[in-house]
Amino acid sequence: MAEAEENIRFHEMFHIEGGNFMSAGAISSRVKNILKKAGFPGQIIRRTSIAAFEAEMNVICYANQGNLSLFIAPNFLKVVVKDEGIGIPDVNLAMREGYSTATEKIRELGFGAGMGLSNIKKNTDEMILTSESGQGTHLEFVIYLDNQKKE
Amino acid sequence: MTIFDIVQSFGLETRAGKDHLGEEVTGGYASDLLSDVIAHSRKGNLWITIQTHPNIVAVATMKELAGIILTGGREPDPETLQKAEDEGIPILVSPVFTFELVGRLYQKGISGLSPC
Amino acid sequence: MKLREIRDILTAEVITGDADLEKEIKYGFAADLLSDVLALARGSGAQTLLITGIIHPQVIYAGNIFDLGAIIFVRGKRPTEATLQLAIENQIPLLVAPYIMFETCGRLYQHGLSPSIAKVKNG
Repeated sequence: MAEAEENIRFHEMFHIEGGNFMSAGAISSRVKNILKKAGFPGQIIRRTSIAAFEAEMNVICYANQGNLSLFIAPNFLKVVVKDEGIGIPDVNLAMREGYSTATEKIRELGFGAGMGLSNIKKNTDEMILTSESGQGTHLEFVIYLDNQKKE
Repeated sequence: MTIFDIVQSFGLETRAGKDHLGEEVTGGYASDLLSDVIAHSRKGNLWITIQTHPNIVAVATMKELAGIILTGGREPDPETLQKAEDEGIPILVSPVFTFELVGRLYQKGISGLSPC
Repeated sequence: MKLREIRDILTAEVITGDADLEKEIKYGFAADLLSDVLALARGSGAQTLLITGIIHPQVIYAGNIFDLGAIIFVRGKRPTEATLQLAIENQIPLLVAPYIMFETCGRLYQHGLSPSIAKVKNG
Protein backbone atom coordinates (compact mmCIF):
# COMPACT_ATOMS: atom_id res chain seq x y z
CA MET A 1 0.00 0.00 0.00
CA ALA A 2 1.75 3.16 -1.17
CA GLU A 3 -0.04 6.21 0.10
CA ALA A 4 1.79 9.53 0.14
CA GLU A 5 2.65 10.52 3.68
CA GLU A 6 1.63 14.12 3.09
CA ASN A 7 -1.96 12.96 2.57
CA ILE A 8 -2.31 12.18 6.24
CA ARG A 9 -4.48 14.82 7.88
CA PHE A 10 -4.74 13.24 11.30
CA HIS A 11 -2.69 10.74 13.22
CA GLU A 12 -2.98 9.41 16.74
CA MET A 13 -1.33 6.48 18.44
CA PHE A 14 -2.72 4.47 21.34
CA HIS A 15 -0.98 2.01 23.59
CA ILE A 16 -2.58 -1.37 24.20
CA GLU A 17 -1.65 -3.34 27.28
CA GLY A 18 -1.44 -7.07 26.77
CA GLY A 19 -3.57 -9.11 29.14
CA ASN A 20 -5.79 -6.20 30.10
CA PHE A 21 -9.05 -8.00 29.41
CA MET A 22 -11.19 -5.78 31.56
CA SER A 23 -10.66 -2.79 29.33
CA ALA A 24 -10.83 -4.63 26.04
CA GLY A 25 -12.33 -2.26 23.54
CA ALA A 26 -11.14 0.94 25.23
CA ILE A 27 -8.88 1.89 22.35
CA SER A 28 -11.25 1.02 19.52
CA SER A 29 -13.94 2.90 21.40
CA ARG A 30 -11.72 5.99 21.29
CA VAL A 31 -11.11 5.43 17.60
CA LYS A 32 -14.84 5.29 17.07
CA ASN A 33 -15.39 8.50 19.00
CA ILE A 34 -12.75 10.29 16.92
CA LEU A 35 -14.37 9.16 13.69
CA LYS A 36 -17.83 10.08 14.95
CA LYS A 37 -16.67 13.56 15.88
CA ALA A 38 -15.05 13.92 12.48
CA GLY A 39 -18.40 13.20 10.88
CA PHE A 40 -17.62 10.13 8.85
CA PRO A 41 -20.56 8.08 7.52
CA GLY A 42 -22.01 5.49 9.87
CA GLN A 43 -20.92 2.48 7.86
CA ILE A 44 -17.33 3.72 7.65
CA ILE A 45 -17.26 4.27 11.40
CA ARG A 46 -18.76 0.87 12.10
CA ARG A 47 -16.39 -1.06 9.85
CA THR A 48 -13.32 0.74 11.12
CA SER A 49 -14.19 0.42 14.77
CA ILE A 50 -15.14 -3.24 14.50
CA ALA A 51 -11.89 -4.04 12.73
CA ALA A 52 -10.01 -2.01 15.32
CA PHE A 53 -11.84 -3.84 18.08
CA GLU A 54 -10.78 -7.21 16.74
CA ALA A 55 -7.21 -6.05 16.33
CA GLU A 56 -7.17 -4.66 19.84
CA MET A 57 -8.52 -7.95 21.23
CA ASN A 58 -5.75 -9.87 19.52
CA VAL A 59 -3.09 -7.72 21.14
CA ILE A 60 -4.73 -8.10 24.53
CA CYS A 61 -5.12 -11.87 24.19
CA TYR A 62 -1.82 -12.78 22.66
CA ALA A 63 0.79 -10.04 22.94
CA ASN A 64 2.71 -8.39 25.73
CA GLN A 65 1.83 -4.96 24.46
CA GLY A 66 1.13 -3.09 21.28
CA ASN A 67 0.34 0.21 19.61
CA LEU A 68 -2.61 1.10 17.46
CA SER A 69 -2.25 4.06 15.13
CA LEU A 70 -5.12 5.72 13.34
CA PHE A 71 -4.39 7.72 10.20
CA ILE A 72 -6.99 9.85 8.47
CA ALA A 73 -6.37 10.88 4.86
CA PRO A 74 -8.74 12.54 2.38
CA ASN A 75 -9.52 9.27 0.63
CA PHE A 76 -8.99 6.62 3.26
CA LEU A 77 -8.64 5.61 6.86
CA LYS A 78 -5.70 3.49 7.88
CA VAL A 79 -5.04 1.62 11.08
CA VAL A 80 -1.67 0.13 11.95
CA VAL A 81 -1.34 -2.25 14.87
CA LYS A 82 2.10 -3.38 15.94
CA ASP A 83 2.62 -5.65 18.87
CA GLU A 84 5.41 -7.35 20.75
CA GLY A 85 4.81 -10.92 21.69
CA ILE A 86 4.81 -14.48 20.50
CA GLY A 87 3.75 -13.53 17.01
CA ILE A 88 1.88 -15.75 14.56
CA PRO A 89 3.77 -18.79 13.26
CA ASP A 90 1.41 -19.42 10.34
CA VAL A 91 -0.45 -16.37 9.10
CA ASN A 92 -2.56 -18.27 6.56
CA LEU A 93 -3.76 -20.65 9.22
CA ALA A 94 -4.49 -17.80 11.57
CA MET A 95 -6.65 -16.09 8.95
CA ARG A 96 -8.94 -19.10 8.76
CA GLU A 97 -12.31 -18.47 10.35
CA GLY A 98 -12.73 -20.43 13.55
CA TYR A 99 -9.04 -21.24 13.93
CA SER A 100 -7.96 -20.23 17.38
CA THR A 101 -4.88 -20.59 19.51
CA ALA A 102 -6.70 -19.24 22.53
CA THR A 103 -5.75 -20.86 25.80
CA GLU A 104 -8.54 -22.12 28.03
CA LYS A 105 -8.02 -19.16 30.28
CA ILE A 106 -8.60 -16.80 27.40
CA ARG A 107 -11.73 -18.68 26.39
CA GLU A 108 -13.03 -18.77 29.93
CA LEU A 109 -12.71 -15.01 30.00
CA GLY A 110 -14.78 -14.78 26.89
CA PHE A 111 -12.31 -14.35 24.08
CA GLY A 112 -10.74 -16.47 21.43
CA ALA A 113 -13.61 -17.46 19.18
CA GLY A 114 -11.20 -17.47 16.27
CA MET A 115 -13.10 -14.94 14.23
CA GLY A 116 -10.87 -11.93 14.72
CA LEU A 117 -8.64 -11.87 11.68
CA SER A 118 -11.31 -12.94 9.24
CA ASN A 119 -13.64 -10.31 10.68
CA ILE A 120 -10.98 -7.69 10.06
CA LYS A 121 -10.64 -8.83 6.49
CA LYS A 122 -14.40 -8.73 5.98
CA ASN A 123 -14.74 -5.20 7.25
CA THR A 124 -11.81 -3.60 5.47
CA ASP A 125 -10.75 -2.88 1.90
CA GLU A 126 -7.11 -3.80 2.26
CA MET A 127 -5.33 -5.76 4.92
CA ILE A 128 -1.72 -6.73 5.45
CA LEU A 129 -0.62 -9.04 8.22
CA THR A 130 2.98 -9.99 8.86
CA SER A 131 4.51 -11.66 11.83
CA GLU A 132 7.85 -12.69 13.18
CA SER A 133 7.46 -15.74 15.36
CA GLY A 134 8.74 -14.93 18.83
CA GLN A 135 8.86 -11.19 18.18
CA GLY A 136 5.48 -9.81 17.29
CA THR A 137 2.89 -8.99 14.70
CA HIS A 138 2.31 -6.12 12.31
CA LEU A 139 -1.19 -5.52 11.03
CA GLU A 140 -2.35 -2.76 8.72
CA PHE A 141 -5.77 -2.21 7.25
CA VAL A 142 -7.29 0.42 5.03
CA ILE A 143 -10.86 1.55 4.54
CA TYR A 144 -11.55 3.67 1.49
CA LEU A 145 -13.83 6.60 1.93
CA ASP A 146 -15.12 6.81 -1.60
CA ASN A 147 -15.87 3.16 -2.34
CA GLN A 148 -18.96 1.12 -1.79
CA LYS A 149 -18.73 -1.39 1.07
CA LYS A 150 -16.82 -4.45 -0.03
CA GLU A 151 -19.10 -7.51 0.08
CA MET B 1 -40.27 -32.97 29.31
CA THR B 2 -37.23 -35.01 28.28
CA ILE B 3 -34.23 -34.07 26.18
CA PHE B 4 -35.68 -36.26 23.47
CA ASP B 5 -38.89 -34.21 23.44
CA ILE B 6 -36.84 -31.08 23.00
CA VAL B 7 -34.80 -32.58 20.20
CA GLN B 8 -38.03 -33.48 18.44
CA SER B 9 -39.83 -30.19 19.03
CA PHE B 10 -36.99 -27.98 17.96
CA GLY B 11 -35.39 -30.15 15.32
CA LEU B 12 -32.05 -29.98 17.08
CA GLU B 13 -29.18 -32.17 16.04
CA THR B 14 -27.56 -34.50 18.55
CA ARG B 15 -23.81 -34.62 18.48
CA ALA B 16 -23.20 -36.85 21.49
CA GLY B 17 -25.02 -38.91 24.07
CA LYS B 18 -27.74 -40.22 21.77
CA ASP B 19 -28.45 -43.01 24.25
CA HIS B 20 -29.07 -40.61 27.09
CA LEU B 21 -31.86 -38.48 25.72
CA GLY B 22 -34.45 -39.90 28.09
CA GLU B 23 -33.39 -37.57 30.91
CA GLU B 24 -36.15 -35.43 32.36
CA VAL B 25 -35.30 -31.74 32.18
CA THR B 26 -35.76 -29.84 35.44
CA GLY B 27 -35.19 -26.38 34.04
CA GLY B 28 -32.86 -24.32 31.88
CA TYR B 29 -29.59 -22.62 32.67
CA ALA B 30 -27.91 -20.26 30.23
CA SER B 31 -24.38 -19.17 30.98
CA ASP B 32 -20.97 -19.23 29.36
CA LEU B 33 -19.06 -18.82 32.57
CA LEU B 34 -18.16 -22.24 33.94
CA SER B 35 -17.76 -20.99 37.50
CA ASP B 36 -21.26 -19.57 37.34
CA VAL B 37 -22.74 -22.83 36.06
CA ILE B 38 -20.94 -24.74 38.79
CA ALA B 39 -22.29 -22.37 41.41
CA HIS B 40 -25.90 -21.98 40.30
CA SER B 41 -27.13 -24.70 38.01
CA ARG B 42 -29.31 -27.49 39.34
CA LYS B 43 -29.36 -31.22 38.73
CA GLY B 44 -31.26 -32.07 35.59
CA ASN B 45 -30.92 -28.60 34.10
CA LEU B 46 -30.47 -28.15 30.39
CA TRP B 47 -27.38 -26.00 29.88
CA ILE B 48 -27.39 -23.45 27.05
CA THR B 49 -23.94 -22.19 26.13
CA ILE B 50 -21.48 -21.30 23.40
CA GLN B 51 -18.48 -22.85 25.12
CA THR B 52 -17.21 -25.80 23.11
CA HIS B 53 -14.17 -27.06 24.98
CA PRO B 54 -14.01 -30.34 26.96
CA ASN B 55 -14.42 -28.66 30.35
CA ILE B 56 -18.11 -28.25 29.65
CA VAL B 57 -18.51 -32.02 29.90
CA ALA B 58 -16.70 -32.09 33.23
CA VAL B 59 -19.04 -29.42 34.55
CA ALA B 60 -22.14 -31.16 33.21
CA THR B 61 -21.07 -34.41 34.81
CA MET B 62 -20.21 -32.75 38.10
CA LYS B 63 -23.56 -30.98 38.31
CA GLU B 64 -25.53 -33.91 36.85
CA LEU B 65 -27.03 -31.73 34.16
CA ALA B 66 -29.44 -33.26 31.68
CA GLY B 67 -27.52 -32.06 28.66
CA ILE B 68 -25.86 -29.20 26.83
CA ILE B 69 -27.12 -27.17 23.87
CA LEU B 70 -24.57 -25.15 21.87
CA THR B 71 -26.06 -22.14 20.17
CA GLY B 72 -25.17 -19.89 17.26
CA GLY B 73 -24.20 -22.79 15.02
CA ARG B 74 -21.29 -23.78 17.18
CA GLU B 75 -19.87 -27.28 17.16
CA PRO B 76 -18.20 -29.06 20.06
CA ASP B 77 -14.45 -29.64 19.86
CA PRO B 78 -13.46 -33.22 18.94
CA GLU B 79 -12.13 -33.83 22.46
CA THR B 80 -15.40 -32.52 23.85
CA LEU B 81 -17.39 -34.98 21.74
CA GLN B 82 -15.27 -37.87 22.87
CA LYS B 83 -15.56 -36.94 26.49
CA ALA B 84 -19.32 -36.46 26.18
CA GLU B 85 -19.71 -39.92 24.73
CA ASP B 86 -17.59 -41.40 27.51
CA GLU B 87 -19.57 -39.62 30.20
CA GLY B 88 -22.96 -40.04 28.57
CA ILE B 89 -23.72 -36.34 28.38
CA PRO B 90 -26.01 -35.31 25.52
CA ILE B 91 -24.69 -32.45 23.41
CA LEU B 92 -27.13 -30.83 21.01
CA VAL B 93 -26.52 -28.00 18.56
CA SER B 94 -28.75 -25.16 17.42
CA PRO B 95 -28.22 -22.65 14.62
CA VAL B 96 -30.00 -19.83 16.42
CA PHE B 97 -28.52 -17.57 19.02
CA THR B 98 -28.98 -17.99 22.75
CA PHE B 99 -31.65 -15.32 23.20
CA GLU B 100 -33.95 -16.91 20.67
CA LEU B 101 -33.38 -20.50 21.72
CA VAL B 102 -33.97 -19.70 25.37
CA GLY B 103 -37.08 -17.74 24.45
CA ARG B 104 -38.50 -20.70 22.58
CA LEU B 105 -37.62 -23.19 25.30
CA TYR B 106 -39.22 -20.88 27.82
CA GLN B 107 -42.41 -20.76 25.82
CA LYS B 108 -42.40 -24.54 25.75
CA GLY B 109 -42.51 -24.50 29.51
CA ILE B 110 -38.89 -24.90 30.52
CA SER B 111 -38.30 -22.36 33.23
CA GLY B 112 -35.39 -20.65 34.81
CA LEU B 113 -35.00 -20.56 38.58
CA SER B 114 -36.86 -18.13 40.80
CA PRO B 115 -35.27 -14.69 41.45
CA CYS B 116 -31.81 -14.71 43.02
CA MET C 1 -40.96 -2.08 23.51
CA LYS C 2 -39.82 0.76 25.67
CA LEU C 3 -37.04 0.48 28.19
CA ARG C 4 -39.63 1.22 30.83
CA GLU C 5 -41.55 -1.94 29.92
CA ILE C 6 -38.39 -4.03 30.02
CA ARG C 7 -37.73 -2.71 33.48
CA ASP C 8 -41.22 -3.64 34.60
CA ILE C 9 -41.31 -7.10 33.01
CA LEU C 10 -38.14 -8.05 34.86
CA THR C 11 -38.66 -5.98 38.01
CA ALA C 12 -35.27 -4.62 37.09
CA GLU C 13 -33.46 -1.64 38.50
CA VAL C 14 -32.25 1.12 36.20
CA ILE C 15 -28.87 2.14 37.58
CA THR C 16 -27.87 4.90 35.17
CA GLY C 17 -29.78 7.72 36.80
CA ASP C 18 -31.49 9.68 34.08
CA ALA C 19 -31.66 6.98 31.46
CA ASP C 20 -34.25 7.53 28.79
CA LEU C 21 -37.03 5.13 29.73
CA GLU C 22 -38.95 5.92 26.58
CA LYS C 23 -36.11 4.53 24.49
CA GLU C 24 -37.34 1.96 21.99
CA ILE C 25 -35.75 -1.47 22.19
CA LYS C 26 -36.68 -4.04 19.57
CA TYR C 27 -34.09 -6.78 19.84
CA GLY C 28 -32.36 -8.91 22.41
CA PHE C 29 -28.95 -10.51 22.36
CA ALA C 30 -27.63 -12.66 25.19
CA ALA C 31 -23.90 -13.09 25.70
CA ASP C 32 -21.63 -13.82 28.61
CA LEU C 33 -18.52 -13.80 26.52
CA LEU C 34 -17.09 -10.78 24.76
CA SER C 35 -16.16 -12.65 21.64
CA ASP C 36 -19.80 -13.65 21.32
CA VAL C 37 -20.90 -10.03 21.58
CA LEU C 38 -18.89 -9.44 18.43
CA ALA C 39 -21.50 -11.48 16.59
CA LEU C 40 -23.48 -8.25 16.68
CA ALA C 41 -21.09 -7.04 14.03
CA ARG C 42 -23.00 -9.13 11.53
CA GLY C 43 -26.17 -7.19 12.01
CA SER C 44 -27.03 -4.03 13.82
CA GLY C 45 -26.70 -3.29 17.49
CA ALA C 46 -29.06 -0.37 17.31
CA GLN C 47 -32.24 -0.78 19.35
CA THR C 48 -30.72 -3.94 20.79
CA LEU C 49 -30.67 -4.87 24.44
CA LEU C 50 -27.56 -6.80 25.43
CA ILE C 51 -28.37 -9.32 28.15
CA THR C 52 -25.18 -10.24 29.91
CA GLY C 53 -23.25 -11.15 33.04
CA ILE C 54 -20.16 -9.18 32.02
CA ILE C 55 -19.87 -6.34 34.52
CA HIS C 56 -16.58 -4.86 33.38
CA PRO C 57 -15.82 -1.83 31.21
CA GLN C 58 -15.26 -4.06 28.18
CA VAL C 59 -19.00 -4.42 27.84
CA ILE C 60 -19.53 -0.66 27.67
CA TYR C 61 -16.85 -0.31 25.04
CA ALA C 62 -18.60 -3.02 23.05
CA GLY C 63 -21.85 -1.17 23.61
CA ASN C 64 -20.32 1.98 22.21
CA ILE C 65 -18.87 0.26 19.17
CA PHE C 66 -22.11 -1.52 18.33
CA ASP C 67 -24.39 1.38 19.22
CA LEU C 68 -26.29 -0.82 21.68
CA GLY C 69 -29.60 0.50 22.94
CA ALA C 70 -29.16 -0.68 26.52
CA ILE C 71 -27.43 -3.31 28.61
CA ILE C 72 -29.04 -5.44 31.30
CA PHE C 73 -27.06 -7.46 33.82
CA VAL C 74 -28.58 -10.74 34.95
CA ARG C 75 -28.32 -12.70 38.17
CA GLY C 76 -28.53 -9.46 40.15
CA LYS C 77 -24.99 -8.63 39.15
CA ARG C 78 -24.01 -5.03 39.60
CA PRO C 79 -21.39 -3.51 37.35
CA THR C 80 -18.22 -2.03 38.78
CA GLU C 81 -18.10 1.69 39.47
CA ALA C 82 -15.78 2.17 36.50
CA THR C 83 -18.29 0.43 34.27
CA LEU C 84 -21.14 2.54 35.57
CA GLN C 85 -19.28 5.81 35.00
CA LEU C 86 -18.31 4.76 31.52
CA ALA C 87 -21.92 3.93 30.69
CA ILE C 88 -23.08 7.33 31.89
CA GLU C 89 -20.39 9.04 29.80
CA ASN C 90 -21.38 7.03 26.76
CA GLN C 91 -25.09 7.42 27.47
CA ILE C 92 -25.82 3.72 27.51
CA PRO C 93 -28.64 2.83 29.93
CA LEU C 94 -27.81 0.03 32.36
CA LEU C 95 -30.31 -2.17 34.17
CA VAL C 96 -29.93 -4.95 36.72
CA ALA C 97 -32.33 -7.90 36.62
CA PRO C 98 -32.80 -10.24 39.58
CA TYR C 99 -33.36 -13.25 37.34
CA ILE C 100 -30.91 -15.64 35.80
CA MET C 101 -30.06 -15.42 32.10
CA PHE C 102 -32.47 -18.16 31.13
CA GLU C 103 -35.43 -16.60 32.91
CA THR C 104 -34.55 -13.08 31.73
CA CYS C 105 -34.35 -14.10 28.08
CA GLY C 106 -37.45 -16.23 28.37
CA ARG C 107 -39.58 -13.44 29.76
CA LEU C 108 -38.40 -10.85 27.28
CA TYR C 109 -38.91 -13.19 24.35
CA GLN C 110 -42.36 -14.04 25.57
CA HIS C 111 -43.22 -10.36 25.79
CA GLY C 112 -42.24 -9.82 22.21
CA LEU C 113 -38.58 -8.84 22.13
CA SER C 114 -37.17 -10.21 18.88
CA PRO C 115 -33.83 -11.91 18.46
CA SER C 116 -31.19 -9.47 17.33
CA ILE C 117 -30.75 -9.17 13.58
CA ALA C 118 -27.43 -11.02 13.91
CA LYS C 119 -27.79 -14.38 12.26
CA VAL C 120 -25.54 -17.36 11.96
CA LYS C 121 -23.67 -17.26 8.71
CA ASN C 122 -24.46 -19.99 6.26
CA GLY C 123 -21.48 -22.11 5.21
